[in-house]
Amino acid sequence: MTQDQKTSTDAPTQEIELLSFYVGDHEYSVDIMSVREIRGWTKTTSLPHSPQYVQGVINLRGTVLPVVDLALRLGLSAKEPDERNVVVVVDLDSRTLGLRVDAVSDILSISTNALQDPPQMSADEEDSFVRALTIVDERMVRVLDLESVLPSMDEAAA
Amino acid sequence: MSDPMQEIRASFFVECEELLEALFDALQNMSEEPENFDTINVAFRAVHSIKGGAGAFALDDLVAFAHQFETVMDMVRSSSLAADDALLATFFRCGDMLSDLVHMSRDGEEIDESLYHPLLQELSSHAGIGLEETTEEIADENFQPLALDLDLEFSVAESNPNIDEDFDFALADILGDENTSKEIAGASKSGLTIVFSPRSQLYDLGNEPLFVLRNVADLSLCDTKFGFEPGSSFDTALTDDSLTWTLKLSDTRDLNAALEAFEFVDGLCALSIQEDSDPETATDLELPLPKAPETAAAALDQTSGVECIDRAAETKSKPPAPSAQPAQKQTTQTATVRVDLNRIDRLVNLVGELVINQAMLSQSFNEANVPANSKIASGLDEFMQLTRDIQESVMMIRAQPVKSLFQRMSRIVREASAAVDKKVRLVTEGDTTEIDKTVIERLADPLTHMIRNSVDHGLETPEARIANGKSAEGIVRLSASHRSGRVVIEIADDGAGINREKVLSIATSKGLVPEDANLSDSEVENLLFLPGFSTATEVSNLSGRGVGMDVVKNAIAALGGRISIQSTPGQGTVISISLPLTLAVLDGMVISVESETLVVPLTAISETLTLQPGALERLGPGTSVISVRSEFVPLIDLGVELGYRQPKTNYDGAIALLIVQEDGSRSAMVVDGIEDQRQVVIKGLQDSYGNVPGVAAATILGDGQIALILDTSDLLTNASGRSREVITLEKAG
Repeated sequence: MTQDQKTSTDAPTQEIELLSFYVGDHEYSVDIMSVREIRGWTKTTSLPHSPQYVQGVINLRGTVLPVVDLALRLGLSAKEPDERNVVVVVDLDSRTLGLRVDAVSDILSISTNALQDPPQMSADEEDSFVRALTIVDERMVRVLDLESVLPSMDEAAA
Repeated sequence: MSDPMQEIRASFFVECEELLEALFDALQNMSEEPENFDTINVAFRAVHSIKGGAGAFALDDLVAFAHQFETVMDMVRSSSLAADDALLATFFRCGDMLSDLVHMSRDGEEIDESLYHPLLQELSSHAGIGLEETTEEIADENFQPLALDLDLEFSVAESNPNIDEDFDFALADILGDENTSKEIAGASKSGLTIVFSPRSQLYDLGNEPLFVLRNVADLSLCDTKFGFEPGSSFDTALTDDSLTWTLKLSDTRDLNAALEAFEFVDGLCALSIQEDSDPETATDLELPLPKAPETAAAALDQTSGVECIDRAAETKSKPPAPSAQPAQKQTTQTATVRVDLNRIDRLVNLVGELVINQAMLSQSFNEANVPANSKIASGLDEFMQLTRDIQESVMMIRAQPVKSLFQRMSRIVREASAAVDKKVRLVTEGDTTEIDKTVIERLADPLTHMIRNSVDHGLETPEARIANGKSAEGIVRLSASHRSGRVVIEIADDGAGINREKVLSIATSKGLVPEDANLSDSEVENLLFLPGFSTATEVSNLSGRGVGMDVVKNAIAALGGRISIQSTPGQGTVISISLPLTLAVLDGMVISVESETLVVPLTAISETLTLQPGALERLGPGTSVISVRSEFVPLIDLGVELGYRQPKTNYDGAIALLIVQEDGSRSAMVVDGIEDQRQVVIKGLQDSYGNVPGVAAATILGDGQIALILDTSDLLTNASGRSREVITLEKAG
């Protein structure tokens, strides 16, 4: 009931924290609650017959962790992995996945009101990966839609 | 978590499995040594406990059946009925029915009375009693699920007749047996006397004497007295601390356990535990109860309906209930703990980590060039030894004796032999051989199939057996043993053996082998494993439903096992299955391709070879064969198959692994190098990523890197297509 009556202007704003990172020159972020840990880059073991953006698997304390090259996944130009790259380990539902990014930049605390829906204007592939947009210090920060970033089990098997 | 009653119910059914196992054990013993009188008691107690628990959950059909079963067994027990072969056969079938009923009750299925009624009538005809008589008795017993009869016998001190009606804790039920215990009250015996008198703080702090007493009831409790000061009422006794229990234990060894039981109320009560000895009266005391070894069991008989709940309610922390001990006196039962399988799996995983970690440590140790005779070196050796020991022990936890599996098979034999009207005896050997639990579960179906085959096709009809100078009763021998790091299970029958001519003619007529093929005896026998082969000329309802030995073979292969068959005409057939001890580790060959490290299961590799110049013959675009001892096998480049590289133009001097598939076909797989041969811990990929074609699982190597374990059969079945594709692309481009 009360929830329904709230409007975006007079409702008490909720704060969420986002972990932001760079992929190429673009700044992306994910909800910090879905981030499990951040690791330095280690060599991956490549999986045969996997989509190109699946970098491979790494050993995360005894479990096999698939790593996605976020740049390739988002349709940006591919770069060879280097030592300064970082793997952001995220949890989604029961799955755990690593995202290879160029560098982690900041933890942003913003209110949910400041989030804008991405404009629905083109059939650009990248659109579907972005859940919301926000502006922090004059920079645009994209909030990633993790579900669409993860390779689906079927896709992975194909 | 969930409804506590559901949990209790679940643990009742787990217990039922154990009781059923004990029942079949006992019945088996009875048929083997009828003179051993004690076994009927074991069987009786098992059925009785199931009945008791079932009563508590209002599983009426189960109670009704178990009751009748138990009644007839009781007659055998009291020697008013002789346990001849016919009765035992009925008992066995009743046992089967009982286990069906238990399973149906567990799954919440409707039970139709007509299902078990014929068996009940069979029982009654053996016993010569009517059914009506017994149904009445059931009504009399009228189980009360929540009665807290603790198998304690309380007597209220005679000086004090005024017992308050409003006990605010569940004493009312406990006091039920007041009269019976008076007879033995006052007698002392060797054992322990515990005087327990709770102070009022005990109640203030929310403690409950009942729970304490319940723990004591599990010990060798033989007498309990309860009373309070003359002149006070029950209410005042509660506050003036004069409420006193006097408990007698028959076994002084229970001292520590008794102290433990009172640990929680330490300081909140007046407690004294004394050891007293008076052997003469001790025997007197046991008089009201039947024969000495049965003491606990007989006491249990009166109350086990409740006992089951009791045990279920306190499952985990409780010591084994008294029922188990007298039953297994001769076979020295070892104490067991019931543990959640997930916890064990977690432990297995952790030990896997330890093994990997140890490998990493040795690797960095080697890199550090530490002298081999240093202290670190010997410490590391010891560490390796310990790791190996721990790994073996942990694997043993997952292992279970094959006994439960074999017991299921004895039922299959009974049913199968009845269906085809043959007399068959199942002899089992090596019941205690242990195999991984998962393997046992997945072995049940193939084994059932093979046992049915043995009964249906392997053994001759009784007439034919007698004509051949054999006894009318056929024997199926099921044995398990450990042999050089693997488990070997053999199913042997003493039937006519495999009719090789018939097998060959069927195989030829079905086009499985060419007409002029010249096959050795064992080759002919192995034709049985070909898909689409079934020797039974007439399809019986027992076997021959299109599911052939090839399915069995595949199931065994999926477990990493091998199957073979040998037969001697006129003397019988032996099918042997050889299985790995565990599914958690695997012997593998570590290889490298294009700087990727991979593991190939050792079982798949028959030999390794270096390709000589000129050994390679091109057949067509992208397909080549090599000649291995004048046989042509297809050549497959692993790097190409996995998409790591384009095919090379020259394979001279390359290293190849000769891979043998389950169907016997061979392929040569080109790799860049062979690194090592070692045990690896299997890590599933499915959970985190999904299926990868050609890859069975992953493992972690000594340097912490992940290596993929190849699924050679998947890789080779799908192989040719892909490599050809790559090559045509290359040609086009």
